[in-house]
Amino acid sequence: MISIRNVSHRIGQSQILRDVSADIPDAGITALIGPNGAGKSTLLNLVARLLTLQTGRIEIDGQDIARTSSRDLALKLAIVAQQLGVASRLRVRDLVGFGRWPHHRGRPGPEDEATVAEAIASFDLGALQHRFLDELSGGQQQRAFVAMGFAQGTDWLLLDEPLNNLDMFHARALMARVHALSRPEAPRPRRVVMVVHEINYAAAWADHIIALKDGAVAACGAPTEVLTNPVLSALFGMEIRVEELHGRPLILHHI
Amino acid sequence: MPERRLMLLAALLTAASAFFLFWGLKGPVGFILELRATKLAALLVVGVALGTSTVVFQTITGNRILTPAIMGFDALFLLMQTVLVFLLGGIGYATLPGGAKFLLETLVMMGAAMLLFALLMGRGRQDMHRMLLVGVIFGVLFRSLTAFLQRIIDPSEFAVVQGAMFASFGAVDPLQLAIAGAVTVLALAVLWRIAGELDVVALGRNAAIGLGLPFDRLVLGLLALVAALVSVSTALVGPITFLGLLVAALAHGIMRTHRHAFLLPAAGMLAALVLVAGQSLFERVLRMQSTLSVIVEFLGGLFFLYLVLRGRIR
Ligand SMILES: Nc1ncnc2c1ncn2[C@@H]1O[C@H](COP(=O)(O)OP(=O)(O)O)[C@@H](O)[C@H]1O
Ligand SMILES: [Mg+2]
Repeated sequence: MISIRNVSHRIGQSQILRDVSADIPDAGITALIGPNGAGKSTLLNLVARLLTLQTGRIEIDGQDIARTSSRDLALKLAIVAQQLGVASRLRVRDLVGFGRWPHHRGRPGPEDEATVAEAIASFDLGALQHRFLDELSGGQQQRAFVAMGFAQGTDWLLLDEPLNNLDMFHARALMARVHALSRPEAPRPRRVVMVVHEINYAAAWADHIIALKDGAVAACGAPTEVLTNPVLSALFGMEIRVEELHGRPLILHHI
Repeated sequence: MPERRLMLLAALLTAASAFFLFWGLKGPVGFILELRATKLAALLVVGVALGTSTVVFQTITGNRILTPAIMGFDALFLLMQTVLVFLLGGIGYATLPGGAKFLLETLVMMGAAMLLFALLMGRGRQDMHRMLLVGVIFGVLFRSLTAFLQRIIDPSEFAVVQGAMFASFGAVDPLQLAIAGAVTVLALAVLWRIAGELDVVALGRNAAIGLGLPFDRLVLGLLALVAALVSVSTALVGPITFLGLLVAALAHGIMRTHRHAFLLPAAGMLAALVLVAGQSLFERVLRMQSTLSVIVEFLGGLFFLYLVLRGRIR
């Protein structure tokens, strides 16, 4: 479990997060939703120690992140941040290979190679693996970064808007893949926390939802509890119709 | 194969060095060889220091177009020379003891560079662009101050400053060379050990921290190394603004790998090769003294313009 307690964060004069407390349960997919600028990325980056915690406390499986070395955290948690961008001329396979760095620190072994091959196959990157990253589309790059996070082999996988730039084919494939990885019956179930922009993906695939607005938790719970007309309408400040399909919410926000 | 290309570079560099040492050797052989060997060592040290430090700097900043020299290092060096002439006069400047002047220059340059870096890194760690912008602005400031002082200085003394404006391998002080060589070898040894970490640094701050690298600490240490390398080389022979840019781009282009274990030696050897081959050509074949740095600056400057115009600023 990731427990977030009384976390506030300010940058300069602006208060980005206000006293956020939430628990991210130990199974499946947790989706972070909310309007632009709500503080979703900030919260995720704090959990992943990309930003330094100012006030409050974050524990991952009982370990206080402020007291855990960055090196040890890299074996527990992988993050695919929102702003990426790589200066070196890197092939997709090399990028995914960097996911193994916390394990081998520069000297990859055969088991590292095997994990990289598995990650490449599992995110449908076989045909792209020898291409240079800067010659790929945004969506293809995004998939390569997610594969790198997966190759890190951690219990926790944090993804910031992984569906950004993906066409509907690859968006659904990625969600299905991440979903399968997070099932208890998977060989090594991962716990996934993801910021999701398109709310229907959260509705269809997530097990738990945390909604942020103006730097505070607006709602949290199962998709059927959070993805309702009153909650969503208040969250996004517009009237949003919610239907039901196969026992899951279907949000008609575009009409 | 990157290994093969490195070997080829090493062979070329060896050949160029042998040519430089032995071509047209006549007269008092022992004496001339000693002179040439000193000069060759200076060319190698400066080339290796500038080539590797530029690659490291570009990796840290995630760009392929700005170099420590372009950011204002050279301007700072010239300002320092001008201030010295201004304070001590031409004669006082010319009679400064070599070793002391060298150490002073190196320390001031390192101190200023680290101050600039630390100041900017502390404020906006993520904001490398701001750091670069401020660096460029400092460069302009240093240049303007230099120009201002040069206007006040006596014209005959100005000639002394002018001599320092372009790099010269003409008269290298053996003591300074030994210090610069030692610093460079030490820095290279450190860089060699952390070449793998540099590959991760190149992924950017977020990815590097995600992989457990102590990014901010590492970058500060690396900037200190860059400052040391550029400082000793500039204090030894003077500023060569565009050489680093030229060979860093060449190294990336030729090696076509992200691995610093290959990129660093390639850039170092390429820079040394440009200097040794160029100096051989001008000194031995064309019999022109001290034009090498002018030509390197000219070609490097053209290349810089090409990069800017092609919009390859990344
Ligand atoms: N470096 C920064 N400086 C100032 N404000 C920032 C910075 N980063 C984010 N913010 C502000 O913090 C708020 C939350 O940002 P973010 O966490 O990225 O939102 P989300 O991911 O939910 O869209 C936004 O209003 C944004 O403008
Ligand atoms: Mg965001």
